[in-house]
Amino acid sequence: MDSLLGHHHSHSESPIHRMPAIVKLGVAFGIIIVTVLMPIEQTGWFVGAGALLVSVALLSRLPLLFLAKRILVLSPFVLGVAVLNAFEPSARGTWVGVAVKSAICLLTVILVSNTTPFSKILHVLKMVRVPGLLITTIALMHRYLFVLADEAERMRRARASRTFARGRRFQWRTLSSVVGQLFVRASERAERIYDAMCARGWK
Amino acid sequence: MHIPDGFIDGKTAAVTGGLSATAVGLALRHIKHELPARRVPLLGLAAAFLFAAQMVNFPVAGGTSGHLVGGVLVAALLGPGAAVVVVTAVLIVQCFLFADGGVMALGANIFNMGVLDGVGGYFIYRLVCAALPGPRGRVTAVAFAGWCATVIAAISCAGQLAWSGTVPWSLAFPAMAGVHMLIGIGEGLISALVYVAIQRTRPELIPESNLPAQPQKRGELIGYGLLAALGVAIFIAPFACSWPDGLEAVAGRLGFEHRVAAPIISAPAPNYQMPGIHWAVGATAMAGALGSLVVCALAWLLGRFLVTEEKGKLPPA
Repeated sequence: MDSLLGHHHSHSESPIHRMPAIVKLGVAFGIIIVTVLMPIEQTGWFVGAGALLVSVALLSRLPLLFLAKRILVLSPFVLGVAVLNAFEPSARGTWVGVAVKSAICLLTVILVSNTTPFSKILHVLKMVRVPGLLITTIALMHRYLFVLADEAERMRRARASRTFARGRRFQWRTLSSVVGQLFVRASERAERIYDAMCARGWK
Repeated sequence: MHIPDGFIDGKTAAVTGGLSATAVGLALRHIKHELPARRVPLLGLAAAFLFAAQMVNFPVAGGTSGHLVGGVLVAALLGPGAAVVVVTAVLIVQCFLFADGGVMALGANIFNMGVLDGVGGYFIYRLVCAALPGPRGRVTAVAFAGWCATVIAAISCAGQLAWSGTVPWSLAFPAMAGVHMLIGIGEGLISALVYVAIQRTRPELIPESNLPAQPQKRGELIGYGLLAALGVAIFIAPFACSWPDGLEAVAGRLGFEHRVAAPIISAPAPNYQMPGIHWAVGATAMAGALGSLVVCALAWLLGRFLVTEEKGKLPPA
Protein backbone atom coordinates (compact mmCIF):
# COMPACT_ATOMS: atom_id res chain seq x y z
CA MET A 1 0.00 0.00 0.00
CA ASP A 2 2.77 2.39 0.94
CA SER A 3 4.47 1.95 -2.38
CA LEU A 4 1.24 2.76 -4.20
CA LEU A 5 0.48 5.83 -2.16
CA GLY A 6 4.23 6.47 -2.27
CA HIS A 7 4.77 9.62 -0.33
CA HIS A 8 7.73 10.75 1.59
CA HIS A 9 6.49 11.33 5.13
CA SER A 10 9.74 12.69 6.38
CA HIS A 11 9.70 15.00 9.32
CA SER A 12 13.00 16.36 8.18
CA GLU A 13 13.21 20.09 8.25
CA SER A 14 14.83 22.17 5.56
CA PRO A 15 14.60 25.75 4.32
CA ILE A 16 12.31 24.45 1.58
CA HIS A 17 9.96 22.79 4.08
CA ARG A 18 9.74 25.99 6.12
CA MET A 19 8.98 28.27 3.18
CA PRO A 20 5.39 29.60 3.16
CA ALA A 21 3.09 27.35 1.13
CA ILE A 22 1.71 30.19 -0.95
CA VAL A 23 5.19 31.17 -2.15
CA LYS A 24 6.03 27.58 -3.08
CA LEU A 25 2.76 27.06 -4.91
CA GLY A 26 3.03 30.41 -6.67
CA VAL A 27 6.56 29.77 -7.89
CA ALA A 28 5.68 26.21 -8.91
CA PHE A 29 2.63 27.41 -10.84
CA GLY A 30 4.74 30.05 -12.57
CA ILE A 31 7.40 27.52 -13.56
CA ILE A 32 4.77 25.13 -14.92
CA ILE A 33 2.96 27.79 -16.97
CA VAL A 34 6.14 29.16 -18.52
CA THR A 35 7.48 25.66 -19.19
CA VAL A 36 4.32 24.60 -20.96
CA LEU A 37 4.06 27.77 -23.05
CA MET A 38 7.78 28.11 -23.89
CA PRO A 39 8.76 26.76 -27.32
CA ILE A 40 11.27 23.94 -26.94
CA GLU A 41 13.89 25.82 -28.99
CA GLN A 42 14.52 28.11 -25.99
CA THR A 43 16.89 25.64 -24.37
CA GLY A 44 18.12 28.28 -21.91
CA TRP A 45 14.86 28.28 -19.95
CA PHE A 46 14.67 24.49 -19.72
CA VAL A 47 18.28 24.13 -18.58
CA GLY A 48 17.78 26.94 -16.05
CA ALA A 49 14.53 25.48 -14.69
CA GLY A 50 16.10 22.05 -14.48
CA ALA A 51 19.10 23.41 -12.57
CA LEU A 52 16.82 25.34 -10.19
CA LEU A 53 14.73 22.26 -9.49
CA VAL A 54 17.75 20.05 -8.88
CA SER A 55 19.20 22.57 -6.44
CA VAL A 56 15.82 22.78 -4.65
CA ALA A 57 15.77 18.98 -4.49
CA LEU A 58 19.23 18.98 -2.93
CA LEU A 59 18.30 21.74 -0.46
CA SER A 60 15.11 19.96 0.59
CA ARG A 61 17.12 16.85 1.56
CA LEU A 62 14.60 14.51 -0.06
CA PRO A 63 16.27 11.22 -1.02
CA LEU A 64 17.25 11.51 -4.68
CA LEU A 65 16.53 7.86 -5.39
CA PHE A 66 12.97 8.38 -4.15
CA LEU A 67 12.52 11.37 -6.51
CA ALA A 68 13.92 9.46 -9.48
CA LYS A 69 11.57 6.54 -8.79
CA ARG A 70 8.58 8.84 -8.55
CA ILE A 71 9.37 10.39 -11.93
CA LEU A 72 9.79 6.99 -13.56
CA VAL A 73 6.57 5.62 -12.06
CA LEU A 74 4.60 8.56 -13.40
CA SER A 75 5.92 8.46 -16.95
CA PRO A 76 3.87 5.72 -18.68
CA PHE A 77 2.05 8.42 -20.61
CA VAL A 78 5.35 9.74 -21.99
CA LEU A 79 6.30 6.23 -23.08
CA GLY A 80 2.88 5.68 -24.68
CA VAL A 81 3.21 8.82 -26.75
CA ALA A 82 6.76 7.85 -27.67
CA VAL A 83 5.52 4.52 -29.03
CA LEU A 84 2.77 6.29 -30.97
CA ASN A 85 5.18 8.81 -32.44
CA ALA A 86 7.56 6.04 -33.51
CA PHE A 87 5.17 5.54 -36.44
CA GLU A 88 5.58 9.15 -37.50
CA PRO A 89 9.26 10.03 -38.05
CA SER A 90 8.57 13.76 -38.38
CA ALA A 91 7.03 13.92 -34.90
CA ARG A 92 10.08 12.66 -33.05
CA GLY A 93 11.31 16.17 -32.33
CA THR A 94 7.96 17.04 -30.76
CA TRP A 95 8.23 14.05 -28.51
CA VAL A 96 11.59 15.09 -27.06
CA GLY A 97 10.14 18.51 -26.30
CA VAL A 98 7.08 17.00 -24.66
CA ALA A 99 9.19 14.62 -22.58
CA VAL A 100 11.44 17.42 -21.32
CA LYS A 101 8.48 19.67 -20.50
CA SER A 102 6.56 16.97 -18.67
CA ALA A 103 9.63 15.89 -16.69
CA ILE A 104 10.22 19.46 -15.47
CA CYS A 105 6.55 19.96 -14.52
CA LEU A 106 6.44 16.58 -12.82
CA LEU A 107 9.54 17.29 -10.76
CA THR A 108 8.08 20.67 -9.75
CA VAL A 109 4.84 19.14 -8.47
CA ILE A 110 6.66 16.27 -6.72
CA LEU A 111 8.96 18.70 -4.92
CA VAL A 112 6.09 20.91 -3.77
CA SER A 113 3.84 18.05 -2.68
CA ASN A 114 6.61 16.36 -0.71
CA THR A 115 7.71 19.47 1.16
CA THR A 116 4.28 20.95 1.91
CA PRO A 117 1.58 19.44 4.15
CA PHE A 118 -1.65 18.97 2.22
CA SER A 119 -3.61 21.07 4.72
CA LYS A 120 -1.40 24.05 3.81
CA ILE A 121 -2.11 23.49 0.11
CA LEU A 122 -5.84 23.48 0.93
CA HIS A 123 -5.37 26.71 2.84
CA VAL A 124 -3.84 28.32 -0.24
CA LEU A 125 -6.71 27.03 -2.40
CA LYS A 126 -9.10 28.68 0.06
CA MET A 127 -7.15 31.92 -0.21
CA VAL A 128 -7.46 31.97 -4.00
CA ARG A 129 -11.25 31.65 -3.65
CA VAL A 130 -11.83 28.04 -4.63
CA PRO A 131 -15.50 27.39 -3.63
CA GLY A 132 -15.92 26.22 -0.04
CA LEU A 133 -17.98 23.15 -0.87
CA LEU A 134 -15.22 21.86 -3.14
CA ILE A 135 -12.61 22.49 -0.41
CA THR A 136 -14.74 20.68 2.19
CA THR A 137 -15.05 17.75 -0.21
CA ILE A 138 -11.33 17.67 -0.89
CA ALA A 139 -10.46 17.99 2.81
CA LEU A 140 -12.81 15.15 3.76
CA MET A 141 -11.50 13.07 0.90
CA HIS A 142 -7.92 13.58 1.99
CA ARG A 143 -8.81 12.73 5.59
CA TYR A 144 -10.54 9.43 4.73
CA LEU A 145 -8.50 8.45 1.69
CA PHE A 146 -6.04 6.37 3.67
CA VAL A 147 -8.74 5.01 5.98
CA LEU A 148 -10.78 3.68 3.06
CA ALA A 149 -7.72 2.45 1.18
CA ASP A 150 -6.75 0.45 4.28
CA GLU A 151 -10.30 -0.82 4.61
CA ALA A 152 -10.29 -1.97 0.98
CA GLU A 153 -6.96 -3.68 1.50
CA ARG A 154 -8.24 -5.45 4.65
CA MET A 155 -11.35 -6.68 2.83
CA ARG A 156 -9.27 -7.84 -0.09
CA ARG A 157 -6.90 -9.72 2.21
CA ALA A 158 -9.80 -11.30 4.13
CA ARG A 159 -11.26 -12.44 0.84
CA ALA A 160 -7.95 -13.80 -0.40
CA SER A 161 -7.34 -15.77 2.81
CA ARG A 162 -10.72 -17.48 2.57
CA THR A 163 -10.79 -18.44 -1.10
CA PHE A 164 -8.09 -20.44 -2.75
CA ALA A 165 -7.56 -20.07 -6.47
CA ARG A 166 -10.94 -20.32 -8.08
CA GLY A 167 -11.93 -19.13 -11.51
CA ARG A 168 -11.42 -15.56 -12.67
CA ARG A 169 -15.17 -15.11 -12.91
CA PHE A 170 -15.52 -15.85 -9.22
CA GLN A 171 -12.74 -13.38 -8.42
CA TRP A 172 -14.48 -10.64 -10.35
CA ARG A 173 -17.72 -11.29 -8.48
CA THR A 174 -16.07 -11.18 -5.07
CA LEU A 175 -13.86 -8.20 -5.88
CA SER A 176 -16.84 -6.21 -7.09
CA SER A 177 -18.73 -7.03 -3.92
CA VAL A 178 -15.67 -5.77 -2.02
CA VAL A 179 -15.94 -2.49 -3.94
CA GLY A 180 -19.70 -2.37 -3.42
CA GLN A 181 -19.23 -2.99 0.30
CA LEU A 182 -16.64 -0.22 0.34
CA PHE A 183 -19.25 2.19 -1.01
CA VAL A 184 -21.77 1.04 1.59
CA ARG A 185 -19.24 1.56 4.38
CA ALA A 186 -18.22 4.94 2.97
CA SER A 187 -21.81 6.18 2.98
CA GLU A 188 -22.43 4.83 6.49
CA ARG A 189 -19.30 6.60 7.65
CA ALA A 190 -20.52 9.78 5.97
CA GLU A 191 -23.71 9.62 8.06
CA ARG A 192 -21.72 9.23 11.26
CA ILE A 193 -19.41 12.07 10.27
CA TYR A 194 -22.40 14.31 9.65
CA ASP A 195 -23.78 13.54 13.11
CA ALA A 196 -20.37 14.19 14.63
CA MET A 197 -20.06 17.47 12.73
CA CYS A 198 -23.50 18.60 13.94
CA ALA A 199 -22.67 17.58 17.52
CA ARG A 200 -19.69 19.92 17.33
CA GLY A 201 -21.74 22.81 16.10
CA TRP A 202 -21.10 22.67 12.34
CA LYS A 203 -23.45 24.71 10.25
CA MET B 1 -5.97 8.72 -19.11
CA HIS B 2 -4.45 11.35 -16.82
CA ILE B 3 -2.77 13.81 -19.18
CA PRO B 4 0.50 15.12 -17.68
CA ASP B 5 1.82 18.65 -18.11
CA GLY B 6 3.56 19.42 -21.36
CA PHE B 7 1.18 17.38 -23.50
CA ILE B 8 -1.38 20.16 -23.72
CA ASP B 9 -0.52 23.56 -25.16
CA GLY B 10 -1.71 26.96 -23.95
CA LYS B 11 -4.85 27.34 -26.04
CA THR B 12 -6.11 23.83 -25.25
CA ALA B 13 -5.39 24.31 -21.56
CA ALA B 14 -7.26 27.63 -21.55
CA VAL B 15 -10.31 26.26 -23.40
CA THR B 16 -10.58 23.06 -21.35
CA GLY B 17 -9.96 25.03 -18.16
CA GLY B 18 -12.81 27.39 -19.01
CA LEU B 19 -15.20 24.58 -19.87
CA SER B 20 -14.35 22.61 -16.74
CA ALA B 21 -14.54 25.61 -14.43
CA THR B 22 -18.01 26.38 -15.81
CA ALA B 23 -19.13 22.80 -15.36
CA VAL B 24 -17.79 22.56 -11.80
CA GLY B 25 -19.34 25.92 -10.94
CA LEU B 26 -22.71 24.75 -12.28
CA ALA B 27 -22.44 21.50 -10.36
CA LEU B 28 -21.50 23.22 -7.08
CA ARG B 29 -24.32 25.74 -7.39
CA HIS B 30 -26.74 22.97 -8.10
CA ILE B 31 -25.59 20.83 -5.19
CA LYS B 32 -25.91 23.77 -2.84
CA HIS B 33 -29.58 24.13 -3.81
CA GLU B 34 -30.51 20.47 -4.12
CA LEU B 35 -28.39 18.37 -1.83
CA PRO B 36 -29.58 18.09 1.79
CA ALA B 37 -26.92 19.12 4.32
CA ARG B 38 -26.89 15.54 5.58
CA ARG B 39 -25.39 14.39 2.30
CA VAL B 40 -22.54 16.93 2.13
CA PRO B 41 -19.97 14.68 3.88
CA LEU B 42 -20.99 11.93 1.47
CA LEU B 43 -19.33 13.87 -1.37
CA GLY B 44 -15.96 13.73 0.34
CA LEU B 45 -16.41 10.11 1.35
CA ALA B 46 -17.52 9.19 -2.17
CA ALA B 47 -14.34 10.80 -3.48
CA ALA B 48 -12.26 8.80 -1.00
CA PHE B 49 -14.24 5.69 -2.00
CA LEU B 50 -13.54 6.30 -5.68
CA PHE B 51 -9.84 6.67 -4.95
CA ALA B 52 -9.72 3.49 -2.87
CA ALA B 53 -11.84 1.59 -5.40
CA GLN B 54 -9.38 2.50 -8.14
CA MET B 55 -6.72 0.63 -6.19
CA VAL B 56 -8.59 -2.69 -6.21
CA ASN B 57 -7.11 -4.61 -9.13
CA PHE B 58 -9.23 -6.97 -11.19
CA PRO B 59 -7.24 -9.78 -12.83
CA VAL B 60 -7.31 -9.77 -16.63
CA ALA B 61 -5.66 -12.34 -18.88
CA GLY B 62 -1.92 -12.91 -18.75
CA GLY B 63 -1.00 -11.42 -15.38
CA THR B 64 -2.26 -7.96 -16.26
CA SER B 65 -4.97 -6.31 -14.24
CA GLY B 66 -7.41 -3.47 -14.65
CA HIS B 67 -9.27 -1.22 -12.28
CA LEU B 68 -12.45 0.80 -12.07
CA VAL B 69 -12.46 4.42 -13.26
CA GLY B 70 -15.89 4.96 -11.82
CA GLY B 71 -17.26 8.25 -13.17
CA VAL B 72 -20.40 6.55 -14.45
CA LEU B 73 -20.84 4.45 -11.31
CA VAL B 74 -20.70 7.54 -9.09
CA ALA B 75 -23.05 9.41 -11.43
CA ALA B 76 -25.54 6.52 -11.32
CA LEU B 77 -25.33 6.36 -7.51
CA LEU B 78 -25.25 10.07 -6.63
CA GLY B 79 -26.42 12.00 -9.70
CA PRO B 80 -24.49 13.94 -12.35
CA GLY B 81 -23.73 17.11 -10.37
CA ALA B 82 -22.28 15.17 -7.45
CA ALA B 83 -20.27 13.05 -9.90
CA VAL B 84 -18.61 16.15 -11.38
CA VAL B 85 -17.64 17.41 -7.91
CA VAL B 86 -16.45 14.00 -6.71
CA VAL B 87 -14.32 13.31 -9.79
CA THR B 88 -12.93 16.86 -9.65
CA ALA B 89 -11.90 16.35 -6.01
CA VAL B 90 -10.23 13.05 -6.89
CA LEU B 91 -8.35 14.64 -9.79
CA ILE B 92 -7.20 17.64 -7.72
CA VAL B 93 -5.87 15.38 -4.96
CA GLN B 94 -4.19 13.10 -7.50
CA CYS B 95 -2.63 16.14 -9.14
CA PHE B 96 -1.34 17.97 -6.05
CA LEU B 97 -0.65 15.06 -3.73
CA PHE B 98 0.53 12.33 -6.08
CA ALA B 99 1.58 14.37 -9.13
CA ASP B 100 -0.69 12.16 -11.24
CA GLY B 101 -2.01 14.33 -14.06
CA GLY B 102 -0.67 17.79 -14.78
CA VAL B 103 -1.53 21.14 -13.21
CA MET B 104 -2.05 22.88 -16.56
CA ALA B 105 -3.80 19.77 -17.86
CA LEU B 106 -6.18 19.69 -14.88
CA GLY B 107 -8.90 21.37 -16.92
CA ALA B 108 -8.57 18.81 -19.70
CA ASN B 109 -8.57 15.92 -17.24
CA ILE B 110 -11.64 17.24 -15.41
CA PHE B 111 -13.39 17.72 -18.74
CA ASN B 112 -12.63 14.20 -19.99
CA MET B 113 -13.13 12.25 -16.79
CA GLY B 114 -15.61 14.38 -14.88
CA VAL B 115 -17.79 16.07 -17.48
CA LEU B 116 -17.66 13.61 -20.40
CA ASP B 117 -17.23 10.38 -18.44
CA GLY B 118 -19.50 11.32 -15.52
CA VAL B 119 -22.18 13.50 -17.08
CA GLY B 120 -22.00 12.07 -20.59
CA GLY B 121 -22.21 8.60 -19.10
CA TYR B 122 -25.15 9.68 -16.96
CA PHE B 123 -27.01 10.84 -20.09
CA ILE B 124 -26.55 7.45 -21.70
CA TYR B 125 -27.52 5.75 -18.43
CA ARG B 126 -30.76 7.70 -18.27
CA LEU B 127 -31.54 7.07 -21.94
CA VAL B 128 -31.11 3.30 -21.55
CA CYS B 129 -33.08 3.38 -18.27
CA ALA B 130 -35.94 5.08 -20.07
CA ALA B 131 -35.85 2.46 -22.83
CA LEU B 132 -35.56 -0.54 -20.49
CA PRO B 133 -37.40 0.06 -17.22
CA GLY B 134 -36.85 -2.06 -14.12
CA PRO B 135 -33.74 -3.20 -12.21
CA ARG B 136 -32.59 -5.30 -15.14
CA GLY B 137 -32.64 -2.26 -17.37
CA ARG B 138 -30.64 -0.26 -14.84
CA VAL B 139 -27.84 -2.85 -14.76
CA THR B 140 -27.79 -2.85 -18.57
CA ALA B 141 -27.70 0.93 -18.51
CA VAL B 142 -24.75 1.09 -16.09
CA ALA B 143 -22.75 -1.43 -18.13
CA PHE B 144 -23.44 0.23 -21.47
CA ALA B 145 -22.91 3.76 -20.17
CA GLY B 146 -19.62 2.66 -18.57
CA TRP B 147 -18.33 1.46 -21.93
CA CYS B 148 -19.57 4.44 -23.96
CA ALA B 149 -18.28 7.02 -21.50
CA THR B 150 -14.82 5.46 -21.42
CA VAL B 151 -14.59 5.51 -25.21
CA ILE B 152 -15.95 9.06 -25.49
CA ALA B 153 -13.50 10.36 -22.88
CA ALA B 154 -10.62 8.63 -24.69
CA ILE B 155 -11.63 10.15 -28.04
CA SER B 156 -11.82 13.58 -26.46
CA CYS B 157 -8.39 13.05 -24.93
CA ALA B 158 -7.04 12.12 -28.37
CA GLY B 159 -8.66 15.25 -29.80
CA GLN B 160 -7.00 17.45 -27.19
CA LEU B 161 -3.59 15.88 -27.82
CA ALA B 162 -4.03 16.36 -31.55
CA TRP B 163 -5.22 19.95 -31.14
CA SER B 164 -2.12 20.67 -29.04
CA GLY B 165 0.05 19.22 -31.82
CA THR B 166 1.51 16.54 -29.54
CA VAL B 167 0.31 13.47 -31.43
CA PRO B 168 -1.26 13.58 -34.90
CA TRP B 169 -4.98 12.77 -34.91
CA SER B 170 -4.48 9.96 -37.44
CA LEU B 171 -2.42 8.13 -34.78
CA ALA B 172 -4.00 9.30 -31.56
CA PHE B 173 -7.59 8.51 -32.51
CA PRO B 174 -7.19 4.84 -33.54
CA ALA B 175 -4.80 4.14 -30.66
CA MET B 176 -6.82 5.80 -27.89
CA ALA B 177 -10.23 4.72 -29.15
CA GLY B 178 -9.07 1.20 -29.94
CA VAL B 179 -7.44 0.56 -26.58
CA HIS B 180 -10.30 2.12 -24.65
CA MET B 181 -12.90 0.09 -26.51
CA LEU B 182 -11.27 -2.88 -24.76
CA ILE B 183 -10.72 -1.14 -21.42
CA GLY B 184 -14.32 0.08 -21.56
CA ILE B 185 -15.59 -3.52 -21.54
CA GLY B 186 -13.89 -4.05 -18.20
CA GLU B 187 -15.15 -0.72 -16.91
CA GLY B 188 -18.74 -1.50 -17.90
CA LEU B 189 -18.55 -4.99 -16.41
CA ILE B 190 -17.03 -3.84 -13.09
CA SER B 191 -19.48 -0.92 -12.80
CA ALA B 192 -22.42 -3.25 -13.36
CA LEU B 193 -21.13 -5.86 -10.89
CA VAL B 194 -20.51 -3.23 -8.19
CA TYR B 195 -23.93 -1.70 -8.86
CA VAL B 196 -25.58 -5.11 -8.45
CA ALA B 197 -23.58 -5.76 -5.27
CA ILE B 198 -24.80 -2.48 -3.74
CA GLN B 199 -28.35 -3.13 -4.91
CA ARG B 200 -28.24 -6.49 -3.20
CA THR B 201 -26.90 -5.35 0.18
CA ARG B 202 -28.27 -1.84 0.56
CA PRO B 203 -30.94 -1.18 -2.06
CA GLU B 204 -32.00 2.03 -0.30
CA LEU B 205 -28.66 3.64 -1.22
CA ILE B 206 -29.57 3.48 -4.90
CA PRO B 207 -31.68 6.45 -5.93
CA GLU B 208 -34.48 4.51 -7.60
CA SER B 209 -37.04 7.04 -6.52
CA ASN B 210 -35.58 9.86 -8.60
CA LEU B 211 -35.38 7.87 -11.80
CA PRO B 212 -38.77 8.92 -13.17
CA ALA B 213 -38.79 12.26 -14.94
CA GLN B 214 -37.41 15.05 -12.77
CA PRO B 215 -38.48 18.31 -14.31
CA GLN B 216 -36.42 20.41 -11.90
CA LYS B 217 -33.24 18.69 -13.03
CA ARG B 218 -33.82 19.22 -16.70
CA GLY B 219 -32.17 22.64 -16.69
CA GLU B 220 -29.09 21.22 -15.04
CA LEU B 221 -28.84 18.42 -17.60
CA ILE B 222 -29.26 20.84 -20.49
CA GLY B 223 -26.46 22.99 -19.09
CA TYR B 224 -24.04 20.08 -18.85
CA GLY B 225 -25.16 18.80 -22.23
CA LEU B 226 -24.34 22.12 -23.86
CA LEU B 227 -20.90 22.19 -22.24
CA ALA B 228 -20.12 18.62 -23.29
CA ALA B 229 -21.33 19.27 -26.83
CA LEU B 230 -19.24 22.44 -27.03
CA GLY B 231 -16.14 20.53 -25.97
CA VAL B 232 -16.78 17.74 -28.44
CA ALA B 233 -17.32 20.32 -31.18
CA ILE B 234 -13.98 21.95 -30.37
CA PHE B 235 -11.82 18.87 -29.82
CA ILE B 236 -13.26 16.25 -32.14
CA ALA B 237 -15.25 17.89 -34.91
CA PRO B 238 -12.31 19.62 -36.68
CA PHE B 239 -10.64 16.25 -37.12
CA ALA B 240 -13.81 14.47 -38.11
CA CYS B 241 -13.85 16.57 -41.28
CA SER B 242 -10.58 15.01 -42.42
CA TRP B 243 -11.88 11.48 -42.06
CA PRO B 244 -11.29 9.36 -45.14
CA ASP B 245 -12.58 11.13 -48.20
CA GLY B 246 -15.75 12.31 -46.47
CA LEU B 247 -15.42 15.99 -47.25
CA GLU B 248 -13.26 15.50 -50.31
CA ALA B 249 -15.73 13.11 -51.92
CA VAL B 250 -18.53 15.59 -51.33
CA ALA B 251 -16.37 18.37 -52.69
CA GLY B 252 -15.57 16.33 -55.78
CA ARG B 253 -19.18 15.42 -56.36
CA LEU B 254 -20.31 18.99 -56.00
CA GLY B 255 -17.57 20.10 -58.35
CA PHE B 256 -15.86 22.69 -56.21
CA GLU B 257 -12.59 20.87 -55.67
CA HIS B 258 -10.78 23.45 -57.78
CA ARG B 259 -11.68 26.01 -55.15
CA VAL B 260 -9.88 24.12 -52.41
CA ALA B 261 -7.02 23.21 -54.74
CA ALA B 262 -5.05 26.38 -54.01
CA PRO B 263 -4.53 25.85 -50.27
CA ILE B 264 -3.66 22.22 -50.85
CA ILE B 265 -0.88 23.16 -53.23
CA SER B 266 0.50 25.82 -50.93
CA ALA B 267 0.58 23.39 -48.00
CA PRO B 268 0.87 19.86 -49.27
CA ALA B 269 2.31 18.31 -46.12
CA PRO B 270 -0.67 18.48 -43.75
CA ASN B 271 -2.96 16.94 -46.30
CA TYR B 272 -0.68 14.04 -47.02
CA GLN B 273 -1.04 10.98 -44.86
CA MET B 274 -0.06 7.39 -45.27
CA PRO B 275 -2.98 5.47 -46.78
CA GLY B 276 -2.68 2.83 -44.08
CA ILE B 277 -3.09 5.40 -41.32
CA HIS B 278 -5.89 7.08 -43.18
CA TRP B 279 -7.62 3.76 -43.32
CA ALA B 280 -7.01 3.18 -39.60
CA VAL B 281 -9.01 6.28 -38.66
CA GLY B 282 -11.98 5.21 -40.73
CA ALA B 283 -11.74 1.63 -39.56
CA THR B 284 -11.64 2.71 -35.94
CA ALA B 285 -14.71 4.85 -36.40
CA MET B 286 -16.50 1.92 -38.05
CA ALA B 287 -15.38 -0.46 -35.32
CA GLY B 288 -16.65 2.00 -32.73
CA ALA B 289 -20.08 2.16 -34.31
CA LEU B 290 -20.31 -1.63 -34.61
CA GLY B 291 -18.76 -2.11 -31.20
CA SER B 292 -21.34 0.05 -29.48
CA LEU B 293 -24.10 -2.15 -30.91
CA VAL B 294 -22.34 -5.32 -29.80
CA VAL B 295 -21.62 -3.93 -26.34
CA CYS B 296 -25.22 -2.78 -26.00
CA ALA B 297 -26.38 -6.34 -26.68
CA LEU B 298 -23.78 -7.73 -24.27
CA ALA B 299 -24.85 -5.27 -21.58
CA TRP B 300 -28.44 -6.35 -22.03
CA LEU B 301 -27.45 -10.00 -21.65
CA LEU B 302 -25.41 -9.11 -18.57
CA GLY B 303 -28.40 -7.35 -17.04
CA ARG B 304 -30.58 -10.38 -17.72
CA PHE B 305 -28.01 -12.76 -16.33
CA LEU B 306 -27.20 -10.85 -13.15
CA VAL B 307 -30.72 -9.92 -12.20
CA THR B 308 -32.46 -13.24 -12.93
CA GLU B 309 -29.85 -14.98 -10.90
CA GLU B 310 -30.59 -12.66 -8.03
CA LYS B 311 -34.29 -13.46 -8.20
CA GLY B 312 -33.54 -17.16 -8.15
CA LYS B 313 -31.29 -16.95 -5.12
CA LEU B 314 -33.15 -14.30 -3.16
CA PRO B 315 -30.73 -12.06 -1.31
CA PRO B 316 -30.68 -12.13 2.50
CA ALA B 317 -33.36 -9.82 3.83
